[in-house]
Amino acid sequence: MNNILNEIGIENYIFLSVILFSIGVFGVLYRRNAIIVFMSIEIMLNAVNLLFVAFSTYHQDAQGQIFVFFSMAVAAAEVAVGLAILVSIFRNLGSIDINNLKNLKG
Amino acid sequence: MSTILIIFCVLAAVTVLTAFLTIFSRNPIHSALYLVICFFSIAGHYLLLNSQFLAVVHIIVYSGAIMILFLFTIMLMNLNKENEVHKPRITRLGAIVSFCLICLVLLTVFINSKPIVGEYISTGDDYQSIKVLGKVLLNEYMVPFEFASILLLVAMIGTVLLSKKEKTEK
Repeated sequence: MNNILNEIGIENYIFLSVILFSIGVFGVLYRRNAIIVFMSIEIMLNAVNLLFVAFSTYHQDAQGQIFVFFSMAVAAAEVAVGLAILVSIFRNLGSIDINNLKNLKG
Repeated sequence: MSTILIIFCVLAAVTVLTAFLTIFSRNPIHSALYLVICFFSIAGHYLLLNSQFLAVVHIIVYSGAIMILFLFTIMLMNLNKENEVHKPRITRLGAIVSFCLICLVLLTVFINSKPIVGEYISTGDDYQSIKVLGKVLLNEYMVPFEFASILLLVAMIGTVLLSKKEKTEK
């Protein structure tokens, strides 16, 4: 059985996941809508997951995939709590523009 | 170019393009739909790496659960209109510059460090079917598995508490 990475190469996966991670950082910095910021965080998490799976194939080992499971569980919990916080912010302020959240500063 | 490489390139292009469209589209509903396409193409990458179970779980968790949460929140807040004001121009310029810098630095690091790749081994063992993954998960990673369930429970309780309407004191 041939390793699939013979055809693609691990470097291509590294580059793809670097670009995805940078897009996530860019989205966090660029947008004001808090929901889009959350989506960018999801993109960043997915970039890391992709690299985990690629290296799991590279080492022919299952442990990388187990870590992806745990990171998916944490991502699901994070999104649920974060969206609940967004809903309560929306109830209090009437918008989810992150520039309106300035009353947190000391 | 082999077929697999072509498939990889197409999938990678779809992933990057839809990730950009997620950020640039004005309407949050469109962003969520582009993000679904992005997640599906990442599941395609998992399938390409022959980790079938992970691809299925990824589709269920991300494209199913998380995106439904996002869409419901967007509809609940009635955000599907394009009235968002942009950040000031200097901030957006800074975001673009920092994006280019992060990309440049990380890519040059990974290109120039010449990682020791060597030959790709293939032991021929089965390491990513449900059977093997379940054995590893419930033998070596038993305790983290249980802690993940506790984390999900706590997150559920916290979500219910946070989104419950507070009684107004009158």
